[in-house]
Amino acid sequence: MKKLDSKIPDGPLAQKWTKYKASSRLISPANKRKLEIIIVGTGLSGASAASALGEQGYSVSSFCYQDSPRRAHSVAAQGGINAAKNYRNDGDSVYRLFTDMIKGGDFRSREANVYRAAEVSNQVIDHFTAIGVPFARDYGGTPETRSFGGVQVSRTFYAKGQTGQQCLLGSYSSLNRQIKKGNVKMFPRREMLDLVLVDGKARGIITRNLITGEIERHGAHAVVLATGGYGTIYYLSTLAVNSNASAALKAFKKGAFFANPAFIQIHPTCIPQLNEFQKKLTLMSESLRNDGRVWVPLKKDDKRQPGDIPEGERDYFLERRYPAFGNLVPRDVASRAVKERCDAGYGVGEAKLAVYLDFRDAIEKQGRKAIEDKYANLFRMYETITGSDPYKEPMSIYPAGHYTMGGLWVDYELMTTIPGLYAIGESNFSDHGANRLGAGSLMQAAGDGYFILPNTINNYLADEIQRPKTSTDTPEFEEAERAVTERINKLMSIRGKQTVTSFHRRLGKIMWDHVGIIRNGKGLEKALEMLEELEDEFWKDLNVTGSTDELNQELEKAGRLADFFELARLMVADALNRRESCGAHFREEYQTPDGEALRNDEEFAHVAVWEYAGKNKAALLHRELLIFKELEMNVRSYV
Amino acid sequence: MNKILFSSVSMKFVMALAGIFLLLFLPVHLAINLMLLKNDPEPFNSAAAFMSSFPVIKVIEVVLFAALLIHLFYGIYLQIKNLLARPVRYAVNTRTKVSFFSKFMIWTGLSILIFLVLHFFNFYFIKLGLVPGNPEDFYSHAHALFKIPAYNYIYLGCFILLGLHLFHAFSSAFQTLGLNHRIWTPVVKVLARIWAIGIPAGFALISLTLWVSR
Amino acid sequence: MNLTLKIWRQKNAKAKGGFVTYKMENVSPAMSFLEMLDALNEKLAKENRDPVAFDHDCREGICGSCGMYINGHPHGPVPAITTCHLPMRYFSDGDTIRVEPWRAKAFPVVKDLIVDRSAFDKIQCEGGFISLDTGSAPDAGSIPVRKRDADTSFDAAICIGCGACVAACKNASAMLFVSARISQYALLPQGRTEARERAGAMVAGMDEAGFGSCSNTGACEAECPKEIKLTNIARLNREYYKAY
Repeated sequence: MKKLDSKIPDGPLAQKWTKYKASSRLISPANKRKLEIIIVGTGLSGASAASALGEQGYSVSSFCYQDSPRRAHSVAAQGGINAAKNYRNDGDSVYRLFTDMIKGGDFRSREANVYRAAEVSNQVIDHFTAIGVPFARDYGGTPETRSFGGVQVSRTFYAKGQTGQQCLLGSYSSLNRQIKKGNVKMFPRREMLDLVLVDGKARGIITRNLITGEIERHGAHAVVLATGGYGTIYYLSTLAVNSNASAALKAFKKGAFFANPAFIQIHPTCIPQLNEFQKKLTLMSESLRNDGRVWVPLKKDDKRQPGDIPEGERDYFLERRYPAFGNLVPRDVASRAVKERCDAGYGVGEAKLAVYLDFRDAIEKQGRKAIEDKYANLFRMYETITGSDPYKEPMSIYPAGHYTMGGLWVDYELMTTIPGLYAIGESNFSDHGANRLGAGSLMQAAGDGYFILPNTINNYLADEIQRPKTSTDTPEFEEAERAVTERINKLMSIRGKQTVTSFHRRLGKIMWDHVGIIRNGKGLEKALEMLEELEDEFWKDLNVTGSTDELNQELEKAGRLADFFELARLMVADALNRRESCGAHFREEYQTPDGEALRNDEEFAHVAVWEYAGKNKAALLHRELLIFKELEMNVRSYV
Repeated sequence: MNKILFSSVSMKFVMALAGIFLLLFLPVHLAINLMLLKNDPEPFNSAAAFMSSFPVIKVIEVVLFAALLIHLFYGIYLQIKNLLARPVRYAVNTRTKVSFFSKFMIWTGLSILIFLVLHFFNFYFIKLGLVPGNPEDFYSHAHALFKIPAYNYIYLGCFILLGLHLFHAFSSAFQTLGLNHRIWTPVVKVLARIWAIGIPAGFALISLTLWVSR
Repeated sequence: MNLTLKIWRQKNAKAKGGFVTYKMENVSPAMSFLEMLDALNEKLAKENRDPVAFDHDCREGICGSCGMYINGHPHGPVPAITTCHLPMRYFSDGDTIRVEPWRAKAFPVVKDLIVDRSAFDKIQCEGGFISLDTGSAPDAGSIPVRKRDADTSFDAAICIGCGACVAACKNASAMLFVSARISQYALLPQGRTEARERAGAMVAGMDEAGFGSCSNTGACEAECPKEIKLTNIARLNREYYKAY
């Protein structure tokens, strides 16, 4: 059994990263050229890592399943990106951001990693500004900021409701610069289907060319996964419909440990489901809660139009329950509060699965123009989708699966338990603990890609400079390719009756009902049974149309879904094992009398790290104890 | 160098410059033609004589022909390239709302070219001595031509087409030259209307007056 | 509602394509156009027929993956939205809807409604960036940007690279796309340093890819799901001339 070594440098918290960088090994430019790095995924972390490593002179190969690297789902992040700049003079600092993240993550993340993420956040903003990301500006020409859920300072930089798009296009532009220079080779429309290990080290990947169906081998000195989260396991989520967990799962099955798979954030403000064929729930940025007030009618089954319900008959339940933070409580808290009201029968809309997000007071106070300036595109998107005008009527919102704090376990250097395999951005577990704060994902993804990985990967590659290019004509690659082809053929040969989508919908329902906002032991055990049955049925009655040697979207979906089944079981196992409530993981059995999460620090102040034990065997649990030297583990309270 | 001189943007730039030169020539030509409305042939004929003898005008004439040829050949060249840029057409014709006039620039342009050829045979080639006629008295020659109904039909038709061409051409040229401004661009658009309606109307007025009055 | 769909089907880049007619029944007006196609595809998959291939990903109008030519309009008849957001309530019972892929020499068809838009990436590689290595940036607050410029830059930067401008243009020109990126950088002090080289290089890339030239018809602006303005094209022209 491998021992988990998080490789956290010694010394005071604020010095660790500086010290690490000063003592990590260096590689001469001439040698960097000879070293090849594969990066899978071109979202914010992948694109920024590819460009930063390309700038250093490494030979980088970058892969994405989309037709262009610019389409990765970081593009959809709306609200903003945090940085501890303290431009507002409101008491912010790296230390404060660190504190907020640790507290927001409910004391389930590593102090050293979180501190470093907060530390590089300032560099990230500087870099993005310098490469032309058009952040919002004040009339004096300086960058604007706004406040975001879960914090009391204004540290979120933004570009209207399209911050993710603007940051991703920034990274995409720096990636393009390296492609032009020949330092990065781009492979779009490729899906990673396996990881190849040689002598226990990550040495390459097997991909499928999504246009020709060709199975390809790619070798390198190191492999970086930047493959994002797995929220589409719920079928309906805020993620891109093709987002998937396959790459991470393949790494898991090859020996990379998976950490906290059950930690998945449910975003409180999404547009509720409108029809049965819906594939996606659209997020309405958390920034809306700066001005929008969340409420439900005080009376059950109130059939009146929202505008006809007088002030006294409205229940502003977030303001009522959490007076200090009000509508700006963190996402997990808000999601649970919304679910609580709806489950109690106070929900609005036909299915009673929605609450109001009302801008009436903000429009009255600040004027329509001010609200338009801040949210015009979001309001318009809402109106396009629902046909209702949020300037006149409150929005209807409901929570949806959004961000996975869990992911591949990585050490301080962002390396997984497989030597030479790194995981960055959302695909690792590192910085958000049991719950991520708003505007933290862009910050972490760009920090990992631009500033952290490029300063840690050299520590590993320094030992590899003597090693020639990885040949793909070896038994390891042959075996991996054979396994990939075999599984594709297996999927194609079932020739049953049911479609991939119908299975995914059923998987999503099981996961949402039992491993969603609120979990309990019984439900989880039931989910496990249901998952087994469904997976069984999947392998017996699936039908994949078309053939393997062409563009075949059904086949792509089938492969991803097959992997989701395995991940789903891991999620349930993790949720079952964690007999406490913390952050986004809420076990009904463990709550305070007021219905707040009840943490159990004595038993569960650790990262649950899972090791693959073989087909149809329960994964093995390891624990990385979390030691808080800087902060005291207190109860997270937003009251 | 070729990449720069013959890039799509440069070629459009040259076309726009040439176009603007042609646009400026039109009111001059119109002003002279308006003298046809006088009963006295003298002013028109002496203006015509001045135009064909004054050295500066001679130079401008060369530039004018160069502008015309460049505008013409670049237009045709780019049109061919543009057609090649979409080798497979759509089954459903576009329903995108665009300015009506912008869609037919090549066709209105080519129709005007046909008129120009006719016009050259009627006047310019006489001046050069390529076609028989009296270059001293274009006044009578013009009056004679406007008596022919067919000539008037063609003449009027062509000026309507010219108007259509100008409607888009004028402001389009400014856009192509990169001259865009939140205050001045609306002014250019008004000027474009004046040009597109005023100039063809002026020429048509001459044709109609001479045709009807005799 | 019940609809008749005539969809372009083409097995691969080399195959000959053609329209295939499908009847769709009980389409909910609350569906998006892509969800309607999902429903069709599920039906086809159940009947063991090859589903219609189309690009799509985020389903919230920002990734730029989706895009098809619907009844003579890129992204359908409703302005300022992408196909994934096009609600079916804009169609009526009994309608016949023709769906075609983008048509342009620079966007060859890959399969059915999927086209290869890598030409856009190539243009961006020619100069759609600010040449700055990671680590060398000054403090974000040290470069003041006039609010109006920052806002105009943002309005250009929101281009999603879907290709609707090319699809709409009678010349299959990519000028709106190129001008959006050039404008984004030209309006920011950070981008001015290499503004000239950028304009020259990106236009050269655009010409090389086989796009047509700009006739200023404004079709691109009318169909752009992000409402990128024609004034960006004027700015591109200006930047280009300044370069020489």
